[in-house]
Amino acid sequence: MDSTILLFLLQDGITSGAIYALLGLALVLVFAVTRVILIPQGEFVTFGALTYAVLATGKVPGTTLLALGMGVVAFAFDMIAGRNTMNPRKFIRSLALNIVLPLAIWGLATMLAGRQNSVAVNFLLSIIIVAPIGLYLYRIAYQPIAHASVLVLLIASVGVHLALQGLGLAFFGAEGLRAPAIATAAFTVGPLRFTGQSIAIYAITILLIVGLWLLFGYTLYGKALRATAVNRLGARIVGIRTTLSGQVAFLLAAVIGTISGILIVPITTIYYDTGFLIGLKGFVAAIIGGLVSYPLTATAALVVGIVEAFSSFYASNFKEVIVFTLLLPVLILRSLATPEVDEEED
Amino acid sequence: MAQRWGMIIFALVMAVIPFIPGMPPFWIVLLDNIGLAALVAMGLVLLTGVGGLTSFGQAAFCGFGAYTTAVLTTSYGLSPWLTLPLSLIVSGVAAVILGLITVRLSGHYLPLGTIAWGISLFYLFSKLELVGRNDGISGIPPLAIGTLQFTDPGKIYFVIWIAVILCALLTLNLLNSRTGRAIRALRRGHVAAEAFGVETARAKLLVFIYAAVLAGLSGWLYAHFQRAVNPTPFGLNAGIEYLFIAVVGGAGYVWGAVLGAGIVVVLKEILQSYLPVVFHGSAQLETVIFGILLVALLQAAPGGIWPRLAALLRLSSRLPLPQGADALPPREKAVATSNTLLDVQAARKQFGGVIAVNDVSFNVKAGEIVALIGPNGAGKSTTFNLITGVLRSSGGTISVLGRNVDNAPPQEIAKLGVARTFQHVKLVPDMTVLENVAIGAHLRGKSGAIASMLRLDRKDEAALLAEAARRIERVGLASQMHQLAGSLSLGQQRIVEIARALCVDPILLLLDEPAAGLRHMEKQKLASLLRQLRAEGMSVLLVEHDMGFVMDIADRIVVLEFGTKIAEGTPAAVRTNPDVIKAYLGTAS
Repeated sequence: MDSTILLFLLQDGITSGAIYALLGLALVLVFAVTRVILIPQGEFVTFGALTYAVLATGKVPGTTLLALGMGVVAFAFDMIAGRNTMNPRKFIRSLALNIVLPLAIWGLATMLAGRQNSVAVNFLLSIIIVAPIGLYLYRIAYQPIAHASVLVLLIASVGVHLALQGLGLAFFGAEGLRAPAIATAAFTVGPLRFTGQSIAIYAITILLIVGLWLLFGYTLYGKALRATAVNRLGARIVGIRTTLSGQVAFLLAAVIGTISGILIVPITTIYYDTGFLIGLKGFVAAIIGGLVSYPLTATAALVVGIVEAFSSFYASNFKEVIVFTLLLPVLILRSLATPEVDEEED
Repeated sequence: MAQRWGMIIFALVMAVIPFIPGMPPFWIVLLDNIGLAALVAMGLVLLTGVGGLTSFGQAAFCGFGAYTTAVLTTSYGLSPWLTLPLSLIVSGVAAVILGLITVRLSGHYLPLGTIAWGISLFYLFSKLELVGRNDGISGIPPLAIGTLQFTDPGKIYFVIWIAVILCALLTLNLLNSRTGRAIRALRRGHVAAEAFGVETARAKLLVFIYAAVLAGLSGWLYAHFQRAVNPTPFGLNAGIEYLFIAVVGGAGYVWGAVLGAGIVVVLKEILQSYLPVVFHGSAQLETVIFGILLVALLQAAPGGIWPRLAALLRLSSRLPLPQGADALPPREKAVATSNTLLDVQAARKQFGGVIAVNDVSFNVKAGEIVALIGPNGAGKSTTFNLITGVLRSSGGTISVLGRNVDNAPPQEIAKLGVARTFQHVKLVPDMTVLENVAIGAHLRGKSGAIASMLRLDRKDEAALLAEAARRIERVGLASQMHQLAGSLSLGQQRIVEIARALCVDPILLLLDEPAAGLRHMEKQKLASLLRQLRAEGMSVLLVEHDMGFVMDIADRIVVLEFGTKIAEGTPAAVRTNPDVIKAYLGTAS
């Protein structure tokens, strides 16, 4: 093997691995807090990427309308669920969060679109647009069945994935999009060329990993989020607002998904259904990490990225086959390692 | 018999439909598709709804069936009828390989595993030269008998629906059998089933293969119906759709699969034809509606639509109790009264640094009731789990009838005639009391899955159910025999567990807190039942907190505290033992 090819493949693998790491982290985060296996994580990537790409062309992305629509539904859910205990404070809070917020974002996006915005403005605006979708998604799809078994939540996730993917098609069309790089600088080390984009990917990934690790390991709030996952009732008894925890987890997942999407859309063309496959690879990493360990997930994501890079070089037809089959031995090891418990579910 | 009649009426209705004058041919195509989907969903009902193993990958098995016949008929010119068994075998073999990997997975790893190989196989189908890559294979010959060719949807309709009805019949037969009860017990965890000799890993693999073979059959039919195959209908999305069908219909019900397939296929058709009109041609909005409906359904009716419909129509699935059944042969009880049945020597169990059971020794002799007592956390239930093989011991020896059973699996212990009940009741709530109790007789029947599907097990089955009924009558629950176990009070459920244990025809009965949750009268009845059993030569080891109950019936009492035996003797001796008093009441200092 040529050492230059080896280095290229490694670099390529690490770059995609870093993205998978971000997604894997989001999946671990959501699972740790809500026990939801977030199959639609990939849709956040798509939404983020395409929102950013559409903003770069100076138009208002359809996701603003999606957020608005989901906000209305979430508001309706709040009203119906709380119809017997409604008070003005609750009403105003729900109204502000579910109706006023997406309206304001829509207004902001319409106002800013069409100007020659800097990359930073579009980056932030994309996050602001997509993040509430995560929030409403939890309210609408998962909060009513928050107590259900992991399996029911998983099936619901699959339904959400289908719905969001279809909405992605409706709002962005079947055409793929690309966007300008977030950093154009580049430098060369030996045979390798490092683009500003790849450096940005590494930097943001590391930043987020460290941030999450600190949040969950060392802050009271992070620990409260984790407590929710272990025992919802117990967490409520000690005063943790479990619903809020779930919303925060989904908000973070949406933000991370959006960032991943923005990072990846300058490198590869993103279609309405691309995110799913990217998300699933993050999944492979998250599962290798047992859906609990952040460092292990990040490492596994790099392995997935590198395996993918090498298999696309040597057996490009069977790239996906190899990556997803990689999961099976891991799952078996995981199953054997976890102590045999009677998984009785009521 | 109501079920049989329902089946016949359904078959007749389906047979008449194509002959209705003016029946649009398009409706027949829809019905064909419903039948194909129902076959796969039926497998999922067994796998997911009944067995508790969620699979997103069933579509891949359709692929195995479809591609097998496609390759063999187009490239090798085999007759479609010849490829039918081959298609089923290929799906089955694929299921053995994937199943051996998958059913080992626990909890949510299992569905994730099916997603993983579901995607892998889809890409494999779309990249392999042998199966025509993304283009697939076309020009598949139609099914034919003599000169009659099943080319149009109206003809293959009969083949599809005969297959559906036959498979429904076989599946229902399987569920109402010894093997079926073992499968139905899987969803409630493996501990209870294994305690009565069910090989849970084998049972899981069995349903996995069964579901795959049904999917393979659907794939074979699909290939000869469409006369062409490509990878798309065998991808993950199709797998999700099949699961959706099973959930919509009611994942635990065979007819739910047919109903679900009907609802979903028709709904999809309506969405595909009307949504573009309403939304001005926005394509693929049906997936949005689909996804939303799936989530809404999980929120509103997690049990699916079939059980609701069945309740509305007052369909009951009550099993008639067969009359005049042969009695099961009793176990040979060549045990002299002085024989030691169970001998525990220095049994030890450590969980990390915690010593839950610390070198405990005691024995149970034939015809004796021994009680194991001690404060909470004394290690009583752990000792039970060591004896019954649920936990592996860290040291010491345990022997039953002089045979060393250290770390033997629970099934082996059950075969030796040691039956148990559980501290936390482990019955299958959606099975009747009779069916639950019959699980206890699992090891005393011998009919396998295929015999049950073909109803060759009737004699065996009748004997098992008669035995179960006898045991239920004996514990005084005859009037509740046909109720669902989940509808009984906790005290009654405990008694059902005892009946189930008695069905093993045990020499030693292990009862974990049998009197907890029982009313005074029930306790008295239980005590007299235990005395009666003892008089017949049965030995009993029980864990119990109700001291009155224990002192009343036990011949000997073993007292544990913090995993260590602190006293042993007759009730009178234990009652006055200072260490025991200290353990229970503390010391006055």
